Amino acid sequence: MAMTMTEKILARASGKAAVRPGENVWANVDTLMTHDVCGPGTIGIFKREFGAAAKVWDRDKVVIIPDHYIFTADDKCHRNVAILRQFAREQDLPHYYDVGTPRYKGVCHIALAQEGHCRPGEVLFGTDSHTCTAGAFNQFATGIGNTDAAFILGTGKLLVKVPPTMRFVFEGEFPPYLMAKDVILHLIGEIGVDGGTYKAMEFAGEAIERLEMEERMTLCNMVIEGGGKNGIIEADERTFAYVRARTGKSFEAVAPDADAKHVFYKRWDARTIEPTVARPHSPDKRATARSLADVAITRAYIGSCTGGKLTDFASAARVLRGRKVAVQTFLVPATTEIARGIGTETLEGKTLLSIFEEAGCTVSLDASCAACLGGPADTFGRINGPEVCISTTNRNFPGRMGAKEGQIYLASPYTVAASAVRGRITDPREFLA
Amino acid sequence: MSANRIRGQVYVLGDNIDTDQIIPAQYLNLVPTIPEEYEKLGSYALCGVLDAPPYVPQGRTKTPYAIIVAGRNFGCGSSREHAPIAIGAAGGRAVVAESYARIFFRNCVATGELYPLETATRLVGEFVTGDEAEIDLDASTITNLRTGAVMALAPLGDARPVIDAGGLFEYARRTGMIASTAHPDVREAVPVNRVVED
Repeated sequence: MAMTMTEKILARASGKAAVRPGENVWANVDTLMTHDVCGPGTIGIFKREFGAAAKVWDRDKVVIIPDHYIFTADDKCHRNVAILRQFAREQDLPHYYDVGTPRYKGVCHIALAQEGHCRPGEVLFGTDSHTCTAGAFNQFATGIGNTDAAFILGTGKLLVKVPPTMRFVFEGEFPPYLMAKDVILHLIGEIGVDGGTYKAMEFAGEAIERLEMEERMTLCNMVIEGGGKNGIIEADERTFAYVRARTGKSFEAVAPDADAKHVFYKRWDARTIEPTVARPHSPDKRATARSLADVAITRAYIGSCTGGKLTDFASAARVLRGRKVAVQTFLVPATTEIARGIGTETLEGKTLLSIFEEAGCTVSLDASCAACLGGPADTFGRINGPEVCISTTNRNFPGRMGAKEGQIYLASPYTVAASAVRGRITDPREFLA
Repeated sequence: MSANRIRGQVYVLGDNIDTDQIIPAQYLNLVPTIPEEYEKLGSYALCGVLDAPPYVPQGRTKTPYAIIVAGRNFGCGSSREHAPIAIGAAGGRAVVAESYARIFFRNCVATGELYPLETATRLVGEFVTGDEAEIDLDASTITNLRTGAVMALAPLGDARPVIDAGGLFEYARRTGMIASTAHPDVREAVPVNRVVED
């Protein structure tokens, strides 16, 4: 029976020769990830249901990455990290990345990849909706709640409904001013915020093959904003090079069968996609950047699992080099590895950090989720009033970055940087031509 | 929370009510398994919604609205289980919506906090906030007791007994999927394929 990549991974994980969309299967879990916002609740349920002395099903398969509320004075946030630390100690977990130590990483979805936990053909569940990011590595990866996560901690299994697959194909090559963020915002605008609900979203075509891993991650990261259960991309030499550099574990990638069935199929000429923006307050409120040229902004933000990777900062630097920002522009790297990269990566002889500082940006090198989801009142870059912010993050729901009065426009790092320079929404082609 | 009928006041919302509106991220420092923090989460339920009367009155921890009627894609966004828990902790018992975001629906079932009921047609215009309504789970209907209109709901199917039991673990125990008392050997019990995801 012909299968998609998602079907093949779930068939293998459930010990079946084949699975069909709509079928419920018990999948064996390769990796369970949790963080400081959902980990304490997950641990609480695990202990309540399995007993205070219970051990996790496989300590090598549990990954705990505190990342949300780290650089804050809030006592409960510190208490929550202490709960994770205590649990990691009790369970002797090898993959705990503690705050305040050299092991601290920052944003879980990026750290998972950088630390070798994203491996082709495997099953990853995480207590965070952007767990789907790992689909870039040919992994079945999706978000779950605390209760399901606690069930996995005790049993190593989860009941999953096999999703039907939507296939998005991009022929040719994306233009140089376009980023994966533009592509996914374009797609979400097309299918709507619930167009992918219960479905796998598969990306293919020459233009996707040409994308580097961080850009593929951006694409898969935001499938949840289209309602998608998981995003997935076929593994290739670029995938294998990234993964092999970061783990010695063996893995087996899956490729789609040529005659696999899809519930949605569409091809694009990659050259036709334009710099794209999502207007407040929904990721599917699509507009081209150039159509919003009369929208004045009061701040810009570059960060998060979606738009805080090294590629994102290097792209912003191309626009910001030798220019000044017109509005307050907050930059925060997703992980400590990226924070180091900002200080060492150069563009025409200057480090990214010096380019940003000379442009007048407000840079924090404390890697975390920061203001992408608002967070405690003292969070770096948080919106605390009626700001109009253009951001590389993933959601522009009311109050998402803090105050309900805020308005958030989502865009690529190129578009955010160009807009920061002009003080209004700006098509980056004005700077990248 | 096993019961056939759910009766109470209705709170009406629109489409795409996301989890940031249901429980804003600044309150995610609260841990739902700590009883006083569970109660606190309830007091903040739906406080991020724009242009609506408060779901939980100022200075209170419980809502007067047992039933939420909404449009499409209720609960979109984050996987935070705090979202159905906040509504449940406030005293909400059911949501009646045209459709749900997948993770929110699953979290409702897994926690047993809320009945996420689907409708084939849009019911948002059939109610105003404050109407008295009654849901009949066996008959899969909701009745607006002010207008007398009776409207069909999609049956909850295999999700209902899980919510009736009070969530995934209690259901698993009652049906023999896992041991009846907390014990490390629980992981050896291979769960039977009964619970239906999403």
